Amino acid sequence: MSFVLLFEQLLNGVQLGVMLFLMAAGLTLVLGIMNFVNLAHGSLYMLGAYFTIAGAQWTGSYLLGVLFGLAATLVTGMVVEVVTLRPLYHREHLDQVLATFGLILFFNELVAILWGRASLYAALPQWLTGHVELIPGSIYPVYRLTVIGVGLLVAVLLWYVVVHTRLGMLIRAGASNRVMVAALGINIRLLYTVVFGFGAALAGLAGLMAGPIYSVQPGMGELILIQVFVVIVIGGIGSIRGALIGAIIVGIVDTLGRAFLKPVLGTVVSPTAAEAAGPALASMLIYLLMAAVLALRPAGLFPARGG
Amino acid sequence: MMSTRALLWAIAIVLLLALPPAAEALGQPFYIDLVRRMMIFAIAAVSLNLILGYGGMASFGHAAYLGIGGYAVGILAFYGVESGWLHWAVAIGGSALIALAIGAVSIRTSGLYFIMITLAFTQMLYYLGISLEEFGGDDGMRLKSRSQFPLVDLGDAVEFYYLVLALLLAAIYLTHRIVNSRFGMVLRAAKSNEARSLAIGFSPYAYRLVAFTIAGAMGGLAGALLANHTNYITPDFMHWTRSGEIMFMVILGGMGTTAGPLVGTFALLFVEDLLSAWAPIRFVRDHWQFFLGPLLVLSVIFFKRGLAGLFSGRND
Repeated sequence: MSFVLLFEQLLNGVQLGVMLFLMAAGLTLVLGIMNFVNLAHGSLYMLGAYFTIAGAQWTGSYLLGVLFGLAATLVTGMVVEVVTLRPLYHREHLDQVLATFGLILFFNELVAILWGRASLYAALPQWLTGHVELIPGSIYPVYRLTVIGVGLLVAVLLWYVVVHTRLGMLIRAGASNRVMVAALGINIRLLYTVVFGFGAALAGLAGLMAGPIYSVQPGMGELILIQVFVVIVIGGIGSIRGALIGAIIVGIVDTLGRAFLKPVLGTVVSPTAAEAAGPALASMLIYLLMAAVLALRPAGLFPARGG
Repeated sequence: MMSTRALLWAIAIVLLLALPPAAEALGQPFYIDLVRRMMIFAIAAVSLNLILGYGGMASFGHAAYLGIGGYAVGILAFYGVESGWLHWAVAIGGSALIALAIGAVSIRTSGLYFIMITLAFTQMLYYLGISLEEFGGDDGMRLKSRSQFPLVDLGDAVEFYYLVLALLLAAIYLTHRIVNSRFGMVLRAAKSNEARSLAIGFSPYAYRLVAFTIAGAMGGLAGALLANHTNYITPDFMHWTRSGEIMFMVILGGMGTTAGPLVGTFALLFVEDLLSAWAPIRFVRDHWQFFLGPLLVLSVIFFKRGLAGLFSGRND
């Protein structure tokens, strides 16, 4: 019984990790290539969830809603890049942080204006609502398995694009020497816009997949964004491999901590003390993990090697 | 040159001194509250300026100390301890200790890592605040009593106002003295060129950590004041947008200037108040952040050196 529970919670951890990875990948791409810190990445996650719900309502089809959500976040990302980010590329990280902080306020309020402040419910089609028995005694939601599958598929695709395609070559070249790429006749501005839109769509994908699991409400993006920062700090800034491994670690540690810390503490200290300290400690666990990683390896587990 | 600046300071201080009687004469005591709140946040901004503006440490977690200071007052009052001295000693000492711990880990990193890690630590404290069910959890709780001092009554709006004003001026003066001391020179040298300051024999780590701890302690004082001001504590004291706001105050006003944090705090809180309470259109009042956000973006793009830079013309 406890093995079944552990197995389910492990899968939940991987599922959270996969979503964190989609967010971290976009953030770290933009950071590595454009040297730009986008605090509003969480807003794109939120928009992905809302656009999908709206799209599904208009068209009556979940899949069309998903397509609409992805396309709309992609376009929003590109518009944001052109309108507000371009003047900030040559500025300090701090200015970028503050400007995108302003964008967060804007988008959270925009969503509240358009859809209200109450949380929305993202409906799933029939074929995603079932459960399957993976190991005897454990039934697991099909939807969460789908999330894991989609996330891992995207990870493979991303690796292929970055390492084996012309676009990926340009992305890597742009990261190491922007001026040289421009001198060779590549439109680097366009490349930046495309990369940013691409990162936005990844965030949108994470958001639209999060919709049916967590609550869809203004500010939902910032909760995950801060966890994504933990992932990036643990994995190493600018490293997609680090983002993947960091995300899975953070997802599993957070999920297992929330599920098992209280009962485990209860066997060591008194149940009332465990009742009080368990949840607090569980929500602090990933930050403690991050502190430990930084104390041992200040550049993260997998520092990017400039390419 | 010096005299213009001294004159501006004198005018600002006289205006702040004259505000309570003027507000009462006009029958608008509400302004006393408003400006007191601005001054409390200005103390927090002044303390952040010490590490951000002079030390180059972009802490995105300065709201943590508002929370620690606030909870120190709230929890002590909850258990029936009313002595203001004790409240503030715990608020300042507790903030200093936690700043020391956070700083010890964070200062090993720099740049973007530093921004993210300070943000993450503050988020951790925020969740800790939420999980303290006994002290109101998510909703927070009312103070059982305000901090009690022998001569000043914090329940009296005007007396509390002048106390905050005095503390603000003390914080500005103290920061000014720190920055211009030998210690401050090393701190600024490490910011402008770490390799050189290492080469002449100063290891910046210890200096940065001490500055980070001092800033945390001052932030804790601001938190204790804020709790007394609102008569309420909530985890929202430590919300990450609070940290962003304080950072914005410093940068909007002008990093690494004496007057910057003061100007920035007053400007930002004034605009926030203008939009959220005084705007003639209800839609603007209800959704003021929708308008504040783009204003912040524009101010980052156009005020590169902050508002204080506009007055002094000093851009270093």
